[in-house]
Amino acid sequence: MNSFKKNLLKKRYNAERRFQWYGKIAIGLALTFLAVFMFQIFSKGYSAFQKTWIVTEVHYDKELLLIDAESPSKDDLENADYYDVAYKAMTSLDPGLPEEEDRQLIQMVSYKYETEVKDLLLKNPDYLGKIVPIKLTASDDVDQVHKGNYPRDIPEKNRRVNDYQLQIYDMLNERGDILSEFNISFFTSPDSREAELAGIASSFMGTVFSILVCLAFSFPIAVLAAIYLEEFAPKNKFTDFIEVNINNLAAVPSIVFGLLGLGVLLAVFNLPRSTPLVGGITLSLMTLPTIIIAARASLKAVPPSIREAALAMGASNMQTTMHHTVPLSMPGTLSGTIIGLAQALGETAPLILIGMVAFVNTIPGTPVDPAASLPVQIYIWSESAERGFVEKVSACIMVLLAFLILMNLAAQIVRHKFEKKWS
Amino acid sequence: MNLILVTFIILLAFTSYYFGRKKALVIQSSQRLTALPKFYGYYLAAWCAAPALIIFALWSVFEPSIVKTFILQDYTDQNLTKNELQLIYTKVKALAAGTYTGNITNFLDESANKYIQLKGIANSAKVAIILAILIFSLSFAYRSVQKNDRMREPVEIFLKWVLFVASLGAVLVTIGIVFSLLFEAIRFFQAVKIFDFIFGTHWYPAKTFVRDGQPDPELMKDAFGAVPLFAGTFFIAFIAMCVAIPIGLLSGIYLSEYAGRGVRKYAKPIIEILAGIPTVVYGFFAALTVGPFVKEIGNAMGLEVSAESALAAGAVMGVMIIPFISSLSDDVITAVPQNLRDGSYAMGATKSETVKKVIFPAALPGIVGSILLAVSRAVGETMIVVMASGLAANLTMNPLESTSTITAQIVVILIGDQQFGDPKTQSAFALGISLFIVTLFLNVIALSVVKKYREKYE
Repeated sequence: MNSFKKNLLKKRYNAERRFQWYGKIAIGLALTFLAVFMFQIFSKGYSAFQKTWIVTEVHYDKELLLIDAESPSKDDLENADYYDVAYKAMTSLDPGLPEEEDRQLIQMVSYKYETEVKDLLLKNPDYLGKIVPIKLTASDDVDQVHKGNYPRDIPEKNRRVNDYQLQIYDMLNERGDILSEFNISFFTSPDSREAELAGIASSFMGTVFSILVCLAFSFPIAVLAAIYLEEFAPKNKFTDFIEVNINNLAAVPSIVFGLLGLGVLLAVFNLPRSTPLVGGITLSLMTLPTIIIAARASLKAVPPSIREAALAMGASNMQTTMHHTVPLSMPGTLSGTIIGLAQALGETAPLILIGMVAFVNTIPGTPVDPAASLPVQIYIWSESAERGFVEKVSACIMVLLAFLILMNLAAQIVRHKFEKKWS
Repeated sequence: MNLILVTFIILLAFTSYYFGRKKALVIQSSQRLTALPKFYGYYLAAWCAAPALIIFALWSVFEPSIVKTFILQDYTDQNLTKNELQLIYTKVKALAAGTYTGNITNFLDESANKYIQLKGIANSAKVAIILAILIFSLSFAYRSVQKNDRMREPVEIFLKWVLFVASLGAVLVTIGIVFSLLFEAIRFFQAVKIFDFIFGTHWYPAKTFVRDGQPDPELMKDAFGAVPLFAGTFFIAFIAMCVAIPIGLLSGIYLSEYAGRGVRKYAKPIIEILAGIPTVVYGFFAALTVGPFVKEIGNAMGLEVSAESALAAGAVMGVMIIPFISSLSDDVITAVPQNLRDGSYAMGATKSETVKKVIFPAALPGIVGSILLAVSRAVGETMIVVMASGLAANLTMNPLESTSTITAQIVVILIGDQQFGDPKTQSAFALGISLFIVTLFLNVIALSVVKKYREKYE
C-alpha cells in the first residue's frame, strides 16, 4: 500500500471519528441545557418553600383593644380594635425610635400583620391582658435578605431595605427572633400582590378544574370519533377529509384555539369570562385531535384475529367493537389521554386570551368561579417586578413540573401494566 | 330549571331501560325474542333520551336570540347602532335579574317586564314541548317493543350515528376556528385596507385608541402594517432553527446509527423531556437567565444588546424544538431500508460516509418534512416570545435588538378586557388568521412530504 492510499484511509477514519464526535456533542449540548435549566429552577426555587417569620411580643391590652366587658365574648374579641396593639407590638422592637420613623419598623412585616395579631387572640382568648410572643410574617424584602438573595452592599438609596431596617434585622437575627419554617401558606393561600403572602392555591384549583372540564369534554368525543373512524367509517372522500382535518388540527398553534375560545365561547355563547369552564373547553378542543390520534393507533394495534373470532361466534360488528376491540385498546387510549392532558396542563397562551390572567385572590370552589391556572400564575408572577416573586415563580414551576412528571409516569404505568403484548 | 329538566330526561331514560328489559322477559314467556333483553331496554332508553335532548339543545341555543329580537323590536324606530342596541339589551337583562344599578327609565322598565314575561313563556313552552315529545316518542317506542319488532339493528344504527356525530367534532372545531377568525378579520379589513395590513411597515395599534368615537382613518392606515410582525416571526423562527437543526439532526443521526442500546434507551427519553416542558417555563428561563447572559456577553464584546433580544428568545425556542427534529429524524432514518446500508458497506464505505452519502439523501424528504413541522411549531410559539423578546414591533434584522411576533402581538392586544367592535381587537383576529394560514400551509406540505416518503419505502 502506498503512502497516498494510507493517508487517504487515515483521513477517512478521522472524518469518521469527527462525525461521531459531532453526534456526541449534539446530544451532550441538549443534555447540558436540560441540566442547567433544572439547576437554575431548583437553586432559585427551593427557598420559596421556606417562610420567614419575625418574632416579637404583643401585649393584648384591654384598653387599647377597646374592650369594656369583664369577660368578653367571642364577638367582642372579633370586633375589638387591634390597630394599636399590633402597632405597639412592632414598635416595641426599638423603643428609642422617634414616632415619625415608626413606618420603617412596620414595613418589615407583611401588611396583614394586624390580622395575624387578631387571629392569635381569637385562637387563644385567655391571652387577653397578657404579654405573649407572636410570629409575624416578614415582608418579602426582609424575607429575601434572610435567604441571602438580596445584595446588602449596594448603596442605600437603591435598596428597598434601608440601613436602619438591616440593623434591626441583624439584632433580631442574633437574638434568634427570625424564624425560618416550612412555607405551608404557599400551598394554602391564594394569589396576592405581596410576594410574602402569595400562594398557589387559587391557580392550583383553577388548573384542576380546567383539566377536569377538559377531560369531561374531550375524552368521550375523542374516543367515539376514533371508534367511528377506525372501525365503521366507509373509505370515501368525506372520511378522508375528516382524517386530514384531525391531523392538521393537531398542529394548529395553541393561541389560535384561544382566539376560538374568545370569539365563540365568550362572544357567541356568552359563557362566563376568566373561568376554568371556558378554559377547560378551550383546552379540550386542543387535546381532541391528540386523543383521537392515540385512540386510533391503539385500536389499530388490536390484532384482526380478535375481531374475526368475535364475528365468527356470531357477534355483530357493534358488539365486536364494543365488547372486544375497544376494551383491549383502552390502555393505549388512556395513556394517550393522559399525555394530551399533560400538554393541556402546561398551556398558557389560550388561557390568557380567555381572561384567566385576572388577579384572583380567592380560592375558586366551582368551575364557574374566576380563576388562574398554574402556568398562567407563572406568567403573572414573572411579569411582577418584586424580587420576592422570582423564587415564587421557580417554586411554582417546580410544582408544575412535578405534576407533569406524575402524569407522564401514570401514562407509562398504564401503558406497561395493562397493555397486552400481541406477538 | 334546565338542570332539573335534563336530570328528569336522563332518569326517565334509565327507568325506561329497566322497564324495557323487564318487558322483554315478559314477552319471552309467550314468543321468541328477536334480540337480547337488554336491547329492548336500550331501544326504549334511546327513544326516550335522544329526541328530547336534541330538542332541548336546539331550544337552548336559539331561545336567547329569539327573545332578544322580540325585546329589541320596540327599539327599531330609534335608529340605534348595533352596539347601542346590545348595550340596551344588557341593561334590560341586568334589570330583570335585579342587578342593574344605573337609573331606570320607564321604557327600560317596560322592556324588563316584557323580558321576564317572555322568559316565563319560553320556559313553560320548553317544558311542555319536551314533555310532549317524551310522551310521543316513548309511546311510539313502546308500541314496537310490544310488537316484538327487531330490536338490535335500530339500536346499533343509532349507536353508529352517535359515533359519526362525535367524529364530526373535529370538523366542527376547524369550522369554528375558520369562522370565528374570518368573521372578526373581515370586519377589520372593512376598516383597514388589506393592502395596508400586508405591506405596511408600522405596527402600532395603540395609536388608534380614541375615547368615544371612531379613530381617524389616516391614523388607522399607518398603525396596522404587519410587515414587522411577519419579519419578526420568521426571524425568530430562523434563529430557533439555527440552533435546533444542527443539534437535533446530529443527535437524531447519532441515536439511530451509532448509539448502543443502553445510550439510546436513556438519552432518547431524556432529550424528549425538553419537549414536555411547558413553554411558559422556557419563557421565564429565557427572560431571567438567557437574556441577561446574552446581554453580558454582548457588552463584554462591546456590542449594544437590549435586555430582551431576539437572540435569547430564538435560542431558547431552538432548544425547545430540538426533540421534535431529533426524534422525527430518528424515525425517518430508522425507516431507511437496511439493504441500502448493506450495499454501501459492501462498497467499503465507512459508517459516516454511508450516513452522509446514502442514508441522508434517502431520508431527505422525511427530514425536510420534520423540519417544516418544527418551523410551524416555532412560528406558532407564543409564551417564549411574549416573555423574552419584547413587545415593540421593530423592523430589524439585528438579533441583538428586540422584535415582536404575530403571536406575541395577539397576546398583547387581547390581554385584559377586550372591546369587540374595536379595530384594535379585530386586528388580533386578522393576525390570527394569517398565522393559521401560514401554519396550515407548512403543515399540509410537511404532512404530504412525510406521507409520500413513507409510501416510498413500504
